[in-house]
Amino acid sequence: MDMKVDKKLGLKERYALMTRDLAWETTYQPMDKVFPQVTYEGIKIHDWNAWEDPFRLTMDAYWKYQAEKERKLYAILDAFNQNNGHLSVTDARYINVLKLFLGSTPPLELMAARGFTNVGRHMVGAGPRVACLMQAVDEYRHFQTQVHSISNYNKYYNGMNEFAHQQSRMWYLSDGKSFFDDAITAGPFEFMVAIGFAFEYVLTNILFVPFISGAAYNGDMAAMTVGFSAQSDEARHMTLGLECIKFMLEQDPDNLPIVQRWIDKWTWRGTRKLASVGMMMDYMLPKRIMSFKEAWEMYFEQNGAALFNDLARYGVKVPKCFVQTVAEKEHVTHQSWIGFYMKPDSTPFHTWIPEKDELDWLSEKYPNTFDKYYRPVLEHFDAQEKSGNRFNNKTAPMNCQVCISTIKFNDPDDPMKTLIRSKTYKGEKFHFCSLHCEEIFDAEPEKYIQAYISSHQVLQGNCAPEGVDTTAPDFEPGAHIAAYWRLDKAATGDFNGSEDQANFAAWRRQATSN
Amino acid sequence: MQLDLRTISIKPLRQTFGHLARRMGADKPASRYIEGTMDLQPVENFHYRPSWDPDFDIFDPRRTAIVMKDWYALKDPRQFFYGAWVLARARMQDAAEADFALVEERGLAAAYPEAGKAVVRSVLLPLRHLAWGANINDSFIGAHGYGIAISQAATYAAMDQLGIAQYLTRLALAFSDIEALAAAKSAWLEAPLWQGLRRYVEDLMVTGDWFEVLVAQNVVLDGLLYPLVYDRLADALDASHGPVVSLLTRFQSEWAGENAKWLDAVIKVAAADSPENAEKLAAWVGQWRARALEAVAPVAEAAFGAEGAAVLAEIAEDLSRRLTKAGLSLGASA
Repeated sequence: MDMKVDKKLGLKERYALMTRDLAWETTYQPMDKVFPQVTYEGIKIHDWNAWEDPFRLTMDAYWKYQAEKERKLYAILDAFNQNNGHLSVTDARYINVLKLFLGSTPPLELMAARGFTNVGRHMVGAGPRVACLMQAVDEYRHFQTQVHSISNYNKYYNGMNEFAHQQSRMWYLSDGKSFFDDAITAGPFEFMVAIGFAFEYVLTNILFVPFISGAAYNGDMAAMTVGFSAQSDEARHMTLGLECIKFMLEQDPDNLPIVQRWIDKWTWRGTRKLASVGMMMDYMLPKRIMSFKEAWEMYFEQNGAALFNDLARYGVKVPKCFVQTVAEKEHVTHQSWIGFYMKPDSTPFHTWIPEKDELDWLSEKYPNTFDKYYRPVLEHFDAQEKSGNRFNNKTAPMNCQVCISTIKFNDPDDPMKTLIRSKTYKGEKFHFCSLHCEEIFDAEPEKYIQAYISSHQVLQGNCAPEGVDTTAPDFEPGAHIAAYWRLDKAATGDFNGSEDQANFAAWRRQATSN
Repeated sequence: MQLDLRTISIKPLRQTFGHLARRMGADKPASRYIEGTMDLQPVENFHYRPSWDPDFDIFDPRRTAIVMKDWYALKDPRQFFYGAWVLARARMQDAAEADFALVEERGLAAAYPEAGKAVVRSVLLPLRHLAWGANINDSFIGAHGYGIAISQAATYAAMDQLGIAQYLTRLALAFSDIEALAAAKSAWLEAPLWQGLRRYVEDLMVTGDWFEVLVAQNVVLDGLLYPLVYDRLADALDASHGPVVSLLTRFQSEWAGENAKWLDAVIKVAAADSPENAEKLAAWVGQWRARALEAVAPVAEAAFGAEGAAVLAEIAEDLSRRLTKAGLSLGASA
């Protein structure tokens, strides 16, 4: 049960006694030494007490609510596992969503946990400290429940068993890693805009809908339950992100240009990161929820615009990238899927050419672009595959120096042209996927020149196993990359003909016939 | 008699993830604690250096003087992953809630003798600020500790300390004594009795070695203060005035015992890893224990009067025994 509210105290006063009244101004050590991170970003805070607690949860209530949720969640996971729940998904292709998810999401939830712990340590005000620390432990929850729900799939399907090893090595996971590395190495206020606001508020539906609704639509009760169970935590996280933005903007007018730059930056970085999520919606879920284009229109163009209208009173403008994201929404998912299809030796998940009815669905959902640009490409690949000439791109990709995406997206003004921008900084040439990424680079070049780009590392001989002489004349940089990734051959390439496909069919027969 | 229930049995391809099979030396099922903890913190190929501390990587073993061959050897014997932690705390919270309800229903706080209330006000209530300081220091360990084994346990401990600060606040409210909270805060800030402790936790807020903070805050200070207040003082108050304070601080007392098991395991494993670690840990204990004893002494005196020094000495001996058992060689002075 909740704490009884003392008759003399309102909820707000009581919560203040439970949190901010605990804090004090240190005197044996100066406050700026105790909290050294809150000034160097240029954000001015005059009154930490003006922080409005976005939710008033004391630890006793937190433990109680969260324990109830955990009990239910793990009971369902256990039942799902015991009853071979994996065989009730729509189609074994669905499991590839989980492979992409496991590699890209739980490791980033963990980074969020560590990042919020750091911000929770370093914010001066007791209100934001407590809210951030609560989010930190929530993020541990999300990271662990995701791993636990997918663990059972790992026992039966290929491509999931090396996610921990691959998180810092796999080329296509670099974009997500760079996103969180960027946020956690920024100061606490930028972290809050990056993760608390842009990621968890502006873009959160686009993240959650494909995975959780996708799981629900495709018979995956384990992943669905994890997602629904996380939802009430997410609601708290959203209010925290929004409160943090408002707090900064109300504290000092000088904060506005800084916050606006971060909103522009992180909305764009988040959008790039979401291209592969959109690809799941359009290509990987056997039973589709909606197209990525529809999701983008509903969650970003409409809801996002409403949010920015609400923030207009602080002087905040719609993120700079808004127009480009609208122009790209009919292209990015197709380009991403085709990009992955073309590299069958380089991912621990399978790809495929959509069935005819799925191609028709895409034609209907993308009337302006699919038939004109992408269907012909996919049909060509299909014909090639069927004639024994499966396309296989064996070269290393070129990457954007900022978002680390492979350079594959089109010029917003010309769908037939790949957008690539380049510039020389301190004698070295750097490439960008977009003007927005180039601008992010220009604001902090010394940060972004540090980026770890897998293709470059391979060519430099840094991804060879110990004992291989990378200076030998016959050293082939790409020859060892699968070993460096611990990439299981059975997990790569086409879904058609894969071990997963055969096992799923055989097990389902075993489970449904005599 | 056993029912022979059957499920469709499918032979799995593997029992666990690759990194866990390599760690365990066999492909066998791993517990949820192991699955949610081991080898998951990124250790390589970081993109950028922290703008708030560019001399280090995002996660960097050089942030402490302790060196471990395997950072995941610092396992939590309670096996607390998030789910196990909140379930354990929710059980303790259920008990605490029942205790608070009982005290209220029976009017036990109102009937509590003034002499007892005076001790609650002067000794217990200022400790809510100390617990807040512990929350700050534990969240530092959670942010910069190396490996998830230590970072998650420290972060849960930080939240536990916040909970303890809130239980102490509720204790004051149970006595309908809001004014006492203000007086206790003034005492924490100004009264000579508390300045040693306040300096101690504030100094830890600027100590850069997270393992040293773990030793000074959790092992040494909590190791002295919790037995003093939540075991010895609570017992003494119960004996004089009836069992009210021990009811309302049961969470703290139970928590301290459980938390000590985690800390002892961490110290034991770290000390066993190398003689250098053992030496470093013993040096930290020696250094911080001297300061902690000095800081806690006036509190012991406020709680036990002339007997305070003797009570504290006994507790200090218990702590030495604990740490010696964990493998530290503490000099005679420590």
